[in-house]
Amino acid sequence: MVKESHSAGRIALAKPARRDHMLRTMPPSSPVAPTAAIEVENLVKIFKGATAVDGISFRLARGSMTALLGGNGAGKTTTIAMIMGLTTPTSGKVSVLGARMPAERYRVLHRMNFESPYVEVPMRLTVRQNLVVFAGLYGVEDVHGRIGVLAEQLSLRELLDRPTGRLSAGQKTRVSLAKALLNEPEVLLLDEPTASLDPDTADWVRARLQRYRVERGATVLLASHNMTEVERLCERVIMLKRGRIEDDDAPQRLLSRYGRRTLEEVFLDVARGRGEAREAAQ
Amino acid sequence: MSAAAQTHFSYRRTGALVLRYWYLLRSSWPRVLELIYWPLVQVLTWGFIQFYVAQHSGYFLRAGATLIGAMLLWEILFRGQLGFSVSFLEEMWARNLSNLMISPLRPAEFIAALMIMSLLRLIIGMVPVTLIAVAFFGFNIYGLGLALPAFFANLILTSWAIGLFVSGLLLRNGLGAESMAWTLTFLLLPLTCVYYPVAVLPHWVQPVSWMLPPTYVFEGLRALLLDHVFRLDLMLGALALNALFFGAAAIGFMALLESARRQGTLLAAGE
Repeated sequence: MVKESHSAGRIALAKPARRDHMLRTMPPSSPVAPTAAIEVENLVKIFKGATAVDGISFRLARGSMTALLGGNGAGKTTTIAMIMGLTTPTSGKVSVLGARMPAERYRVLHRMNFESPYVEVPMRLTVRQNLVVFAGLYGVEDVHGRIGVLAEQLSLRELLDRPTGRLSAGQKTRVSLAKALLNEPEVLLLDEPTASLDPDTADWVRARLQRYRVERGATVLLASHNMTEVERLCERVIMLKRGRIEDDDAPQRLLSRYGRRTLEEVFLDVARGRGEAREAAQ
Repeated sequence: MSAAAQTHFSYRRTGALVLRYWYLLRSSWPRVLELIYWPLVQVLTWGFIQFYVAQHSGYFLRAGATLIGAMLLWEILFRGQLGFSVSFLEEMWARNLSNLMISPLRPAEFIAALMIMSLLRLIIGMVPVTLIAVAFFGFNIYGLGLALPAFFANLILTSWAIGLFVSGLLLRNGLGAESMAWTLTFLLLPLTCVYYPVAVLPHWVQPVSWMLPPTYVFEGLRALLLDHVFRLDLMLGALALNALFFGAAAIGFMALLESARRQGTLLAAGE
């Protein structure tokens, strides 16, 4: 069964103690999104006997911005890799924009993109050369026009003819972001996009992501450890722990349900199992 | 771009990747110099050996000419494979493989770009060296006439087949398999009889040698230089074997790519 925000499916899959709470707090109408951008169903990934992702299900509506939140080894990156078709699931189903991944990936890869500080853009090429190459790979029509627009939006104009490897971490992140937005993706996957950035640059990047999502109506899935980022950007949080979905709700509802002031406190409750203890007590 | 256009082989995507390698190559003069350096060292070494042999023996006076020719053809085989594999390795060193694998780039387009770069690198590296061979040692490889394209086509096909297989190993096993890119072709050096006839090998090794396409090319070169005969049969034999080798390498590459997807090594490729 597919798990969806405010859906009966999500409630059915929840643990018994939480299920009652969900039924109580469920809004009157719980429509199933007719055109989900991403659908994940009973997804499992096992690497050499170690379970990285353990039967997760969710649907992301088009135009939504969702966070995958979890500690190290929770399965965030593996989940994103399976959504991109980079890793084959052991079992279960992933669909993006109606295409089954990884089998039908070439139907939709030109409508998706990905950004992560851990996946670098080639360092020896200049920023412009990198963008020209990726524009060619993604079939961008007006290559130089699009690079000009992105250079303006992401303040890259002065950097275009500099080797990417000689840029600061913040500048490299902007280049990676430009690469990720080159093809104006309908589905944008981000893996800790502001990791290792100073607060000012991180805030700047978040503002650009927010603006892109609103202007393009893009679906964004963000894997992050950064609770401030998640609270600011996302309308939904899927909390992973040891490859399983521990909770899945809007940030404000999570805060009120766990009786916490910040998502960081909620995260710690989930990571340390306090949420289950509280529910059991209730 | 329409969805239909996105599902077919794209010359534009292939060209974009070739452009990426071209930018990389021209950004570093040591990389260009290296393309010429080793073939030059080889041609000088074998050129002087040929001089020495020619001065001291009657039979070898004629056979000596084959040494430098064989060396040049061997360099086409080795440098062709290296040009293919190094371009692939550049993606792993740059940790850029994930970016390519999540782009609409098809494996066939990726392979085509690697083959084009292999040719470009060969031209940059080998043309000056063949001209040096003419100037210093009086060996004109272009004097082989129509045999040269036949030799070249067969050797480059073998080099791409090896490059493709090695790239699959790199995808599956990461940079731990990098040494294969530099050493695998050398396994062919004794078996394909680059510098001596197949008849020199022990009888039980000879069938193995005849299973390798380059053997036909080097035997063909000796037939041309010593007996002045162009052996079309040898070239067709090599071509048939190359078709088998390239097909097997392509299947192997795709199988290793799928295995890498299952093992999840593509996201961390380069580590």
